[in-house]
Amino acid sequence: MRYIILFVFLIIGNQSLVYSQNTLSGKITDEKNQPLAGSHIHVAAFFANSDESGNYAITGIPNARLQVFIEYLGYKTLDTILDFQGNSTLNVPLKPDVSQLQEVVLKETFVKNKAQEIKTATIEKYSSESLGDALKEISGVSSLKTGNTIVKPIINGLHSSRVLIINNNVRLEDQQWGAEHAPNMDVNTAGKISVIKGVNGLQFGGDAIGGTVVIDPPVIPIKDTIFGKTILNGQSNGRGGSITSSLFKGYQSGWNWNLQGTFKYLGDFEAPGYVLSNTGNREKNFSGRLGYKGENQGFSFFYSYFNADIGILRASHISSTSDLIRAINSGEPQYISDFTHDINAPKQQLQHHLGKINYYKLFSNNRKLSLQYSFQFNNRLEFDLRRGDDKDRPSLDLDLKTHTLNADFEGNHADNFKYKVGINGGFQNNFADTENTNVRALIPNYDKFDAGAYAIGNYTVNDRLSIETGLRYDFSHIDAKKYFLKSRWTERGYDNEFSHFIIGEDGQQWYTNPVFSYHNFSGSAGSIYEINEKLNLTSNVSVTSRNPNPSELFSDGLHHSTGQIELGDLRLKREVSTKFSTALNYSTSRFSLEINPYANFVNDFKVLIPMTIILSNRGPFPVWEYRQVDARLLGVDITADYDFAKNWNWHSTAAFVYGEDLTTNSALIDMPPFNFNNTVRFKKANWNNLVVSLKNETVLTQKRYPNNDFFVDLLDTGEPVSTLVAISKPPKGYSLLHFNSEMSFDVFEKSKMTIGFTIQNILNTNYRDYLNRTRYYSDDLGRNFRVQLKLNY
Amino acid sequence: MKKIKFLSLSLVTALFFTSCSSDDSPAGAVNEDEVITTLTATLTGGGQVIILKSQDLDGAEGPLAPVVTVSGNLMANTTYTGNLDLLNEAASPAESITEEILEEAGDHQFFFTVSNSLGAFGYSLPNDENGNPVGVNFTFTTGATAGTGTLAIILRHQPNKSAAGVATGNIANAGGETDIQVSFPITVQ
Repeated sequence: MRYIILFVFLIIGNQSLVYSQNTLSGKITDEKNQPLAGSHIHVAAFFANSDESGNYAITGIPNARLQVFIEYLGYKTLDTILDFQGNSTLNVPLKPDVSQLQEVVLKETFVKNKAQEIKTATIEKYSSESLGDALKEISGVSSLKTGNTIVKPIINGLHSSRVLIINNNVRLEDQQWGAEHAPNMDVNTAGKISVIKGVNGLQFGGDAIGGTVVIDPPVIPIKDTIFGKTILNGQSNGRGGSITSSLFKGYQSGWNWNLQGTFKYLGDFEAPGYVLSNTGNREKNFSGRLGYKGENQGFSFFYSYFNADIGILRASHISSTSDLIRAINSGEPQYISDFTHDINAPKQQLQHHLGKINYYKLFSNNRKLSLQYSFQFNNRLEFDLRRGDDKDRPSLDLDLKTHTLNADFEGNHADNFKYKVGINGGFQNNFADTENTNVRALIPNYDKFDAGAYAIGNYTVNDRLSIETGLRYDFSHIDAKKYFLKSRWTERGYDNEFSHFIIGEDGQQWYTNPVFSYHNFSGSAGSIYEINEKLNLTSNVSVTSRNPNPSELFSDGLHHSTGQIELGDLRLKREVSTKFSTALNYSTSRFSLEINPYANFVNDFKVLIPMTIILSNRGPFPVWEYRQVDARLLGVDITADYDFAKNWNWHSTAAFVYGEDLTTNSALIDMPPFNFNNTVRFKKANWNNLVVSLKNETVLTQKRYPNNDFFVDLLDTGEPVSTLVAISKPPKGYSLLHFNSEMSFDVFEKSKMTIGFTIQNILNTNYRDYLNRTRYYSDDLGRNFRVQLKLNY
Repeated sequence: MKKIKFLSLSLVTALFFTSCSSDDSPAGAVNEDEVITTLTATLTGGGQVIILKSQDLDGAEGPLAPVVTVSGNLMANTTYTGNLDLLNEAASPAESITEEILEEAGDHQFFFTVSNSLGAFGYSLPNDENGNPVGVNFTFTTGATAGTGTLAIILRHQPNKSAAGVATGNIANAGGETDIQVSFPITVQ
């Protein structure tokens, strides 16, 4: 395997001495002479991708001896040197890279649509932002925000526990149930990010009702190579920036390692009219891996550490309904102070460790066995504004530890049937440190055991049609210990139903031991059909089940960002989704269009609904309870891309979702409004790879929302005044303009520097977003200038 | 970078070992220190002592509504000296929150309102470290007319005490978060 013979047909033709600008063209195929569309061909600073027929052409190459790279995921990279003295033709059959099989088996089939992927070059633009920001590049993905730094992906209208995040083949367990809990990972560790909107992710779990985000690290080729990059960002809004650096080393012997680190430092952000006080953030992240890819077996160790301090808008911390009314009615933050880099309460301090070991063994006929153990430790501290001795204590201190074991086996039977089967087991422990917080734990201590098994088969019927089907079973057992206020226990009606959970009492509280077990089946079936060379159709139907998460079962307390009391319910059952989706993909060399309609029917969909208003010494509070309704989400995602003239490209995405609560025949809350993005880009390779683009981001007003407004008596004026608390109406739609540009230069031997300049919100538009939880309290971000320096070496 | 790497690796090793021990033994029920279960306003004047009390034993997050009691009717044309006592009765023994408020006087201020023009309020000492009112002690002077109405007591945490009117008890520009907001039905005769 080490001594691969590359069949390189090199034809030097038509030598011209008049022009020093040469063209390299040719065709990239696999070893069976089938075209490889999308191969990456790279000559010095010039590059191109092969089209559907495997053909490519790179123009403007100067007369010189230059290194040529040809890369395609899952194939050995070709690395050669050519002497350019005229137009050349280079036809290359690439050899499969067996050690990359894992990348190929599942993803080759359904996840191939390019519209659902974000590549390294795009990820780098979001180097100083977050995973949730980068994911918005994909149509149908929106973000649920708290301020500007806590960003959660929403896929086809659903988020949090309904979206799985798979980081480097490990399911991220970072208390993802909370709306203010953003994924605890550094976007700079990603080499490629894919979104699976159906459930081709059965391998990863059977509960991805919204979708799955798969993050893969950069691939290190099997050859003697060392490469790396450093990205430096500086921005005006937040008056800070970030630096990230990574180094990759590969050896022909199969060994490889990689080190990566990120440091981020930002102060208060600013809206067009004022400082968003206490919205700074910090990140200190590190990751590293060591691996070996041999002929028949291989292994890798991976470790990553994520550490973030995130300020929460000071004005969004409220203690009563009258505070909320003042905030909504004034239209301005109730607390604005001078810009600072300091972060005070309210804030979050997060740490996430992920360590994993994996081993694989290859057998004849491309069969492969993979084993993996992973460990995650997540610590979440949340600080509120407190009084007295507790002033510096966090209000929430949760330690979540997760161990998982996976065994997967994949192979094929004949040429046209591939399969993958696997089992997994896991143990999770949550520890709420109430001695540190001196606050009753909203999420209690618990132990959770999981076990699952799946099988996926892929059958290629003919050149044009392949079908895939999968089944999965999951067992889950949760054993929790929680103190309930006796008055709450009785009010919830638990006295009769759950008295067997009570194991003790302490003053006004019951000490309880709720235990639940769940058995779930999930499955999917789909097909990909090539109607003709330009048009293909993907169809998918999937059934997934999601168990109630700890927040839905056990919550009972006040949310300081919304001023509402949220109550879980021990009686909640799993929710079951049946999702139909299709994708029609049309593409030519200059134009591509993907239309992706879907219908998702969720039985027993868990949703927070306002039920009543309770009185307290702090005035009245609305009480929201988790209830189960039948829900239906209909939507369509569209992506279009058009090279409308030489050097010019137009890219467009749009997403629409219509969410309906079928139980009460009303709109579902928090559904992303219709949104569309249009980008016009000018790109010229000869001018130092100049790229200039202008992007319009438009979000329309969400007109469909449940009316949850309520009235309370305000006492501020002496006479009690019945006052409307207008929490329901979404803010007006908005349209923003963004500018982006970059140029690259060869600096040292084998090094390239790229300078980027970006303006976000060019017109400094005032706006608020329906899916930002601080929308009641302040406007969103104002104009931001950002300079990015990237050094590839 | 090397240092960070080394530290991180040692940390994860340590976590591996600690994670194997069972550290989730029950810590006992938490009785939050900051909960204000009980507010008592004592009005003394005209030979009377009137007690206004709002008691919410399961705290702001519990389902039970506060029990509000007023011990008697007030007299017209009378100046009452008032003082407030705040307790956390969920803790045992009960904890005084009034002391905590006085310790952080600069961060707290009480506001008083009454409907139907039944009277007027004034702040009494002690003031906070900046000479601004706190309102643990106050005066309430009833007017000449008799009637019924609502007396409200509001406590704001981190108000803007230098905003217009705040020092004289006007809550309109005070800002901050509401820690207490209770109202009592009163009768002036």
